[in-house]
Amino acid sequence: MSELDDLKRQYANGRLSRRDFMGRAAALGVGAALLSSMVPDLAMAADAPRKGGVLRLGMGGGSTTDSLDPRTYDESVALACGFALFNTLIENGPDNKPIPSLAESWEAKPGAAEWIFTLRKGVTFSNGKAFTADDAIYSLNLHRGASKSGASAQMKSVTDIKKLDDNKIQVTLASGDADFPYIFTDYHMHMVPDGFTDFSKPIGTGAFELVSFDPGVRIVFKRTREFWKTGRGHLDGLEITVINDSSARLNALISGQVDAINRLDPKAIATVKKSSKLEVVQAPGGWFPIISMFIDAEPYSNVDVRQALRYGLNREAVLKTMFAGYGTLGNDHPIPKGDPYHNPNLPQIAYDPDKAKFHFKKAGLSNPTILLSASDAAFGGAVDMATLFQANAAKADIKIDVRKEPADGFFTNVWLKKPFVTSYWGGRPSATQMLSVAFKSDAPWNETHWKRPDFDKLLSDAKSELDEAKRKDYIWTMQKMLHDEGAAIIPVFRDWLDAHSSKVGGLTPHSGFDMDNGLVAEKIWLKA
Amino acid sequence: MFRLIGQRLVLGLLTLMAASLLIFASTEILPGDLASAILQNSATPENLAEMRRELGLDRPAPVRYAEWLNGAAHGDLGHSLASHRDVVEEIAPRLRNTLLLAAYAAIIAIPLAIGLGLFAAMRPGSSFDRSANIVILMAISVPEYFLGYLLIKYLAVELGWFPSLANVTPDMPFVDRAYLTFLPTVNLVLVVVAQMMRMTRASVLSIMASPYIEMAFLKGLPKWRIVARHAFPNALAPIINVIALNLAYLVVGVVVVEAVFVYPGLGQLMVDAVSKHDVPMVQACGLIFASAFILLNMIADVMAIMSNPRLRHPR
Repeated sequence: MSELDDLKRQYANGRLSRRDFMGRAAALGVGAALLSSMVPDLAMAADAPRKGGVLRLGMGGGSTTDSLDPRTYDESVALACGFALFNTLIENGPDNKPIPSLAESWEAKPGAAEWIFTLRKGVTFSNGKAFTADDAIYSLNLHRGASKSGASAQMKSVTDIKKLDDNKIQVTLASGDADFPYIFTDYHMHMVPDGFTDFSKPIGTGAFELVSFDPGVRIVFKRTREFWKTGRGHLDGLEITVINDSSARLNALISGQVDAINRLDPKAIATVKKSSKLEVVQAPGGWFPIISMFIDAEPYSNVDVRQALRYGLNREAVLKTMFAGYGTLGNDHPIPKGDPYHNPNLPQIAYDPDKAKFHFKKAGLSNPTILLSASDAAFGGAVDMATLFQANAAKADIKIDVRKEPADGFFTNVWLKKPFVTSYWGGRPSATQMLSVAFKSDAPWNETHWKRPDFDKLLSDAKSELDEAKRKDYIWTMQKMLHDEGAAIIPVFRDWLDAHSSKVGGLTPHSGFDMDNGLVAEKIWLKA
Repeated sequence: MFRLIGQRLVLGLLTLMAASLLIFASTEILPGDLASAILQNSATPENLAEMRRELGLDRPAPVRYAEWLNGAAHGDLGHSLASHRDVVEEIAPRLRNTLLLAAYAAIIAIPLAIGLGLFAAMRPGSSFDRSANIVILMAISVPEYFLGYLLIKYLAVELGWFPSLANVTPDMPFVDRAYLTFLPTVNLVLVVVAQMMRMTRASVLSIMASPYIEMAFLKGLPKWRIVARHAFPNALAPIINVIALNLAYLVVGVVVVEAVFVYPGLGQLMVDAVSKHDVPMVQACGLIFASAFILLNMIADVMAIMSNPRLRHPR
């Protein structure tokens, strides 16, 4: 395919802005008159999704033990099913900004500790009942107090939820949080009718209704009514086939048995790009692997040991060997480059055996034990990454022992328990959320034992501050602290990679999660 | 004979009991539990405790096993801990898929293996014998998933003759199902045919060396008749045993092929259940697999006895 066609496609898919497209196309020598005739035509094609058809998705990240109860969602398939059947109050928009969904507007009282959400009128559940404040309060309370929900930790900051009238609720927080609306974009926070309990027969406001649910095998949806969101919910039906084997997934796409897949193996991208019938959807994401140390345990309490380990890992090699280059380098703080609050002024930490050797000598330890616990339970390739680290560090005369931990119970018995561990984070929509969930002194998942009152102070200031310049300053400072003295090694951020046949439109890149941040069902459509 | 079958059945039941205790104990020994497997890195001590309480995992292990055993004795295999669905309801369609695929593969593989084995035994050392041996030994030496990928690459992706996904549905007509599951079936046939064919060849050949076969040759009987009528029936016992073993493999050992072709069989269900510590599910799958082994072995023994007049009519 010519470069111009490629640009056209990227533009039509929204991956290039109009300005970028014009600029790059002009650089290829395309005349201005021809260009301007091309752009509206493309824009038309991109903006006009076709209604109807049944689309088949092949997805990894599903299991026989999946359930449709939003409190248990964890993986891609459950997420996509959730967003097909239900809606959240707020959506995390394409550019990672909160946009209205079942809440049509929201505002914070000064200090950002009290929030008022105005709910959309005229939306009904699939059983015909109208969506009101009572439903919203019931649904939110599923994740509060003694709850099995995976979102219960982030809902802890909520102290009260009150009904103001049928379409208004007030949420009170323990302390101010300007980024609070992001919590309601979370894939757990779906709206169900007041008192609803039987999640095997889901009732939601989503674009689709459930036809059959065979967990870990096949899930079928159909659209029975006009979706309340304008410009969404195009398909008549959707079938998800769970394909956890990545080659099987790709083969199913190539042989035309499915129309789109998630979790494309980075090593297979070249194959997919060669085909004129397939397209890749690549989205820089917030997902990252992490090597974390307990900052209060020997020998990691020594800042020179931490520096030595930082310089002792070849991040370029991690990116290249594990993700085939599809990602960006990390700088030991959890904010990816695509985030508006990313601090670009920090020097990139690079592999430097001499520097590593220097710091390790300076630490002056005689024969310290450095035992890295790794398991592919965290993510496929975690053990490889640990072995790579071991080899890199050996060149700086640092001896790392790698212990392969059992995948079973890894997150209960190893993570947060052993002092030097590989794991991962799925990323969070807002920078303050990411920093609070993993680096706040009293966070339950503070895996590096990073306890710094000045950091906590900056974090709470950043949360309650509504002035952008000041917020940015606080958040940049926090990144610098982690970069200079932290106990986390964050080598890379991984891209989300989906692929689809050229018959498919509307599957746009999103930094949050694969398959358009889980919203694939209502956004995707089939070309005629 | 009937006494023997009765004895075997009672022993089989005891074996099943022991198996269920072993399965339960080993799922207990595994680190972690269902709550931690579902919540992964979203777990906090609070939501873990709440989920364990809801699932009843906070009670001691012997109590949970006794309850399960009591239910099972009354024909109630319980509910899946993860999906809350009835175990029998969840397993039935998957078991049916597994059995259908096993039957499909067996119907092709057994006659093929025995036929090839007899032909090879008729002319040991001939070019047919040697080439058949080389081909099937190659097929069995390659890992089964690799064979699967080769089949997919050439027959599904390049030629487009067969689908790469065997995603069958319960209401699918027989012909569609046979077409969708053709590639996994071929894969399984390639895996099981070798052992059965070589056993047929070896055991027929060993009989061919005995004096009464020589007598038959001297009498001037045609070779095919000697092999089919005189040697094969006496060589049956070991062949039946190998067939039973391979049938058992087709029922319990095909999880890799299921994964490659995305076939919704029992193996994948059990793997998922084990990785999530869904004990009632693991128990039920384990019992089915154990019963398959016990039953097939029993049938093989009975058939071996029936094929041997000396055992059929003991003095």
